[in-house]
Amino acid sequence: MRITVNGKAHDVRATPETPLLYVLRDELELDGPKFGCGLAQCGACTVIVKGRAVRSCVLPVASVDSPVTTVEGLGTPAHPHPVQRAFIAEQAAQCGYCTSGMVVAAAALLEQHHAPTDAQIHQALEGNLCRCGSHLRITRAVRRAAGESA
Amino acid sequence: MILARRDFLARTGGIVVAFAIPAAAFAQTSPTKPAGPSVPETNPLGGSAPSNVDAWLALDRNGIVTVRFGKVELGTGIATAISQIVADELDVPVTSVKVSEADTSDTPDQGYTAGSASLSAGAIPVRQAAAEARLAVLDLAATHFGVSTDQLTTADGAVTVRGDNRRATYAQLVDGQTLHRSIAAATKVKDPDNYRVVGKSIPRVDLPGKVYGSFPYLQNMRMPGMLHGRVIRPSPVGATLVSVDEKSIAGLPGVRIVKRDAFLGVVAPSEWTAIQAMRRLKVTWTGGGLEPVTDIAQAVRSVPMISERAVVNTGDVSTLGKDALSATYVWPYQTHGSIGPSCGIADVRNGKATIWSSTQGIFFLRSAIATLLALPNSAVRVRYAEGSGCYGHNGSDDAAADAALLSQAVGAPVRVQWMREQEHGWDPKGPAMVLSHSAALDAAGQRIATWRSDVWSPSHSTRPQGDVGNLLAGKLINVPAAKIAFVGGDRDAKVNYQIPNYRVTMHNLRDGFLHSSAMRGLGGTQNTFANESFMDELAAAAKADPLAFRRAHLANDARALDLLAALAKLGAWQARPAAANIDPSPGTARGRGLSFVRYENTEAYVACIADVLVDRKTGNVRVEKLAIAHDCGLIVNPNGLRNQIEGNAIQATSRTLKESVAFNTSGVTSLDWHSYPIVRFSEVPDVQIVLIDRPHEPILGAGEATTTVIAPAIGNAIHDATGIRLREVPFTANRVAAALRSV
Repeated sequence: MRITVNGKAHDVRATPETPLLYVLRDELELDGPKFGCGLAQCGACTVIVKGRAVRSCVLPVASVDSPVTTVEGLGTPAHPHPVQRAFIAEQAAQCGYCTSGMVVAAAALLEQHHAPTDAQIHQALEGNLCRCGSHLRITRAVRRAAGESA
Repeated sequence: MILARRDFLARTGGIVVAFAIPAAAFAQTSPTKPAGPSVPETNPLGGSAPSNVDAWLALDRNGIVTVRFGKVELGTGIATAISQIVADELDVPVTSVKVSEADTSDTPDQGYTAGSASLSAGAIPVRQAAAEARLAVLDLAATHFGVSTDQLTTADGAVTVRGDNRRATYAQLVDGQTLHRSIAAATKVKDPDNYRVVGKSIPRVDLPGKVYGSFPYLQNMRMPGMLHGRVIRPSPVGATLVSVDEKSIAGLPGVRIVKRDAFLGVVAPSEWTAIQAMRRLKVTWTGGGLEPVTDIAQAVRSVPMISERAVVNTGDVSTLGKDALSATYVWPYQTHGSIGPSCGIADVRNGKATIWSSTQGIFFLRSAIATLLALPNSAVRVRYAEGSGCYGHNGSDDAAADAALLSQAVGAPVRVQWMREQEHGWDPKGPAMVLSHSAALDAAGQRIATWRSDVWSPSHSTRPQGDVGNLLAGKLINVPAAKIAFVGGDRDAKVNYQIPNYRVTMHNLRDGFLHSSAMRGLGGTQNTFANESFMDELAAAAKADPLAFRRAHLANDARALDLLAALAKLGAWQARPAAANIDPSPGTARGRGLSFVRYENTEAYVACIADVLVDRKTGNVRVEKLAIAHDCGLIVNPNGLRNQIEGNAIQATSRTLKESVAFNTSGVTSLDWHSYPIVRFSEVPDVQIVLIDRPHEPILGAGEATTTVIAPAIGNAIHDATGIRLREVPFTANRVAAALRSV
């Protein structure tokens, strides 16, 4: 099987039913997507496929027929994505375990809505859980990123 | 440790300052020790730690300052705050200060990172060590320039001679030198008025890595030859293993089954294979199970009591009179709910073990694991690596032990991460508690004359303490649980209000239906819910404004009064008795409630006003806003502090409105985020904060205090809106709707 992740094609050895998350983490050694629940309930594993935020923990790798973007593919310290820059500016994390899923989901939202309302931000992130309670900062960061990329 | 310090200097040269931190300063208990008569009291954070723990600070030839501090970063920004303190005292850029990760091979044993004590206890000696290092630099500079030290000034990692242009960086001065210093009792530290970095919102050093996906979480560590393990837990709880059908996983390549009594696991070359093996393996268990529970309040009190203790007993509480008020409050079991399930990595080979863990106490874990593996302590090294958010004693220690047993069995490094249902099912729970209060007002009906409290709780700490019987893996291989000290049930059981006749009785229970341990705030969360709800009930009985009523009982505490004044301003509090403005029309009722605590009676002051909307039809409670006033002495990093307060407020809102562990005779049944919901973005309240900075007061912890005031503020606001009094958490829509129907 061949999948494209962050602009690079990879031949993967995993069996077809293997969830994409384990291919990303264990074969491609991409640490951004996290295992949180394996049930598509928390969003820690979120990646972008076809412009949409999807839960890689329940997506069989064989069904991935479009390029995948993880948080590593969004930006780097030298060339940050506006959402990443905004998360740092707003100090929008504590433990950070949910952060890459939040950043990816927010980036997907901003592709669809360049100036989302708070209600749209909440709706887009409703399936992403944060236990440390960074929600207010995350919402502010998404607003800031929208303002900066507008 | 001393060797490690020498090693460090041998590598780099420079100045090293040894310092000591009193182990007692790290105690998680309140100063009033809750020892039961039949259980010996031990220091719950310090265990057998010596009275002083050894730490050091080194300034190397590159001008980099390393602090070996022993505390771990739990995602709260401690490393950043410590860096700020050192930068100010030593006059170096904050970016040149590194706080090391904990490792049993070269870190001082400072007990557990818990109880909000990292800054409050650690800051003073760290600051003195930095001051001593600065004096050492000045001595070097005085020799170098041939002047006296009082002609020298320091700034930004360099020494300048007053009145001329001669200047040398610290790096130039220490190059090639090796100096050992220890703190003199008289080592003078800076006046807080001269701080330039402390008090500033320095950005967190760990956030960029977390935002770019490169942060080295424990969960992300890989090592050569590492295999993946998964555990399979007894079902029901407490069952013994009868048999395993190895043929059930015949199709999965390279899987090894590890069995030892009731400990069962699988190890595979790939993580997904291990997960499939865990799921497919046919296992037969027998026995076990829990007693049936229908009423949690009754169940908590049915657990055998081990000891009883008066937390406070002043005046005469024997008579309350016929107008006395009585109420019983209930708090359920709750789970830590870290987004990343617990993880452990172990490499146990050739009579040696290295363990990587997000434990809060590397030295205690080392002792427990050494026993588990039948190795001497000296053969076991535990290295800390940051994991998902830690809000108390979660599954980290247990996951490390799982990895250790699996690695020992297969002779290769093994990484174990629990599945979501294992995290929800098997992490030590925040204990359920029952709290009964009775009180009477004075003859004028204005002040509290007499207050009697009875608090039922198991210990809030069953940490390993170096004892293998306190690890889940240890229990599964039939090591009896070690005796534990009673910790935390009495936290904030006593209020700081002035009450002439006051008794609080602590009923210390055995570890109850669900295995439980420390969760944010310990018993302070439950006690403050009950105390501050009851305070509101008493204010209502006195027909008093809830704020004025509290103020009248705090007249001797100027800081408390300042705090309440700041809160009233922030929250635009209008004085009136609670529930005086109930809108009886169907639809939505609006209310506001207040709460106050001085955490642990001597720590941070926090007060909160909650504004809520109650949907009379559905019972749904929407917390619109939490206004919080916070005084924790000297503020090191205002933004980091606000982040902690917001996090406490939001997490505690979740615990108050939604969270209760469900279980039946087989064990926990709320095993995912649908059956154990937590707040989502649309449910999060606005949080407004006023910080009271007291630069000349000691730093007090901020990791837990705010958690304790949220539930009572919300409950009091619901009462203000509707007249109903909720005495059991969580305030789910069903519970609120039922209460509304009953009036």
